[in-house]
Amino acid sequence: MNRVTRYLKSLLLLELLQGMGLTMAYMFKPKYTMRYPMEHIPKSNRFRGLHALRRYPNGEERCIACKLCEAVCPALAITIDSAPRADGQRRTTRYEIDLFKCIFCGFCEESCPVDSIVETHVHEYHFEQRGENVVTKPQLLAIGDRFERDIAAARAQDAAFR
Amino acid sequence: MLAELLLVLWTLAKVLAIVLPLVIAVAMFVYWERKVIGWMHVRMGPNQIGPLGLMQAFADVVKLLLKEIVVPTNANRFLFFLAPMLALVPALAAWAVIPFSDGLVLANINAGVLYLLAMTSMGVYGIILAGWASNSRYALLGAMRSAAQVVSYELAMGLALVCVLVLAGSLNLSDIVTAQSGGLLHWFWLPLLPMAVVYFISGVAETNRAPFDVAEGESEIVAGFHVEYSGSAFALFFLAEYANMILVAFLTSILFLGGWLSPFPATWGLIGHGSFFWLLAKAFVVAFLFLWFRASFPRYRYDQIMRLGWKVFIPIALVWVLVAGLLKYFHIVAPGA
Repeated sequence: MNRVTRYLKSLLLLELLQGMGLTMAYMFKPKYTMRYPMEHIPKSNRFRGLHALRRYPNGEERCIACKLCEAVCPALAITIDSAPRADGQRRTTRYEIDLFKCIFCGFCEESCPVDSIVETHVHEYHFEQRGENVVTKPQLLAIGDRFERDIAAARAQDAAFR
Repeated sequence: MLAELLLVLWTLAKVLAIVLPLVIAVAMFVYWERKVIGWMHVRMGPNQIGPLGLMQAFADVVKLLLKEIVVPTNANRFLFFLAPMLALVPALAAWAVIPFSDGLVLANINAGVLYLLAMTSMGVYGIILAGWASNSRYALLGAMRSAAQVVSYELAMGLALVCVLVLAGSLNLSDIVTAQSGGLLHWFWLPLLPMAVVYFISGVAETNRAPFDVAEGESEIVAGFHVEYSGSAFALFFLAEYANMILVAFLTSILFLGGWLSPFPATWGLIGHGSFFWLLAKAFVVAFLFLWFRASFPRYRYDQIMRLGWKVFIPIALVWVLVAGLLKYFHIVAPGA
């Protein structure tokens, strides 16, 4: 009896029709696809993208050349030279990050006592010439100036956990 | 002389009126296939080129035509280039006897069904030649599989057609459709329900489509018979395969689903009358089944294909030939009621 029912079931294509019903149901489900350049998935406020150097609201750069980030950097991507400025404060004369070496671990940001070096939400960038992968201090400061509002907002959201 | 010339030109115009829309239909069918399979995979399918990706098929055509045709070393050049044409010509020639509407047919010949059987079987020669001429073992394997498969399913398909012929009493496709007139329940799908299923599944197997696509078998033998083909030569195989799919969809509609006849009574005005659009709608639904199958079922194992063809379909078809004969003999199904 069992064999007969099994034979009838396979002859009537019941399981195949069941499978087709499943695929038909999936046809009308909302799609997971994100049309990337037009649509973006939301990013966490802890997202670690392109680096930036921040300034205080009065325009003074935050970095005090303590070199903690250079010391903590596991990929040795950060190079810092420092010297006294005209007003006697210690400042960096050179602050370079080699983005080919950088592994975007975020240790530099965590180690910074003055919240100067940060990682922004920018992840869409490219280089056209060899050597452009090393971003210099003016470039980092410019990135910071450009995205200061986003950077500050992300830090404010995360403030309770820092 | 002039009259003959005009006749030739007029026939040529009629041929073009069938072939050009067919080629466009193939292009749109490829797009529709990618779209439907995408949706069933919870993806979107092509959506970049043109509105909703509608121009995707034409972009593909341009790409294929501009590509180089690589001829493998030691391939038989003559047969290598002959094979795609041999695959395409029968696929297009079969459309000559398709009745699109009452009287709207290029060649209303009395042996229409025989002509169709001959043409659909011819296509496999292109595939075998392609496999052999490529001088590649994958291509040869694919060609062998395809040949064995087509031969097995031809039998079941022919027996299903015999049932239709018995009930309709004619080999002429237009007569077969008119024999089904009288509403939804007079179409041949009802008295020949198992045969309609057998015919369509054999049609899927004949066109080497999933789940019977062992001739291509991407995961086993790369691409089967057309593995060495590129550019416009590959495009011809592609065109032939999809033209055959649309042909099987039209044939299933004509033989079992009443062709151009309307499912509604004639008193319902415009939608009650049979027209080309009814045939088109039926063929569209049947063609959708091809895509639905492809998104749903994994490929058959080779011995299972043979088992299905020889041990399931042919016995069922043989029994149903007898049933169809009895239905006809005792006037349970009368043509054109």
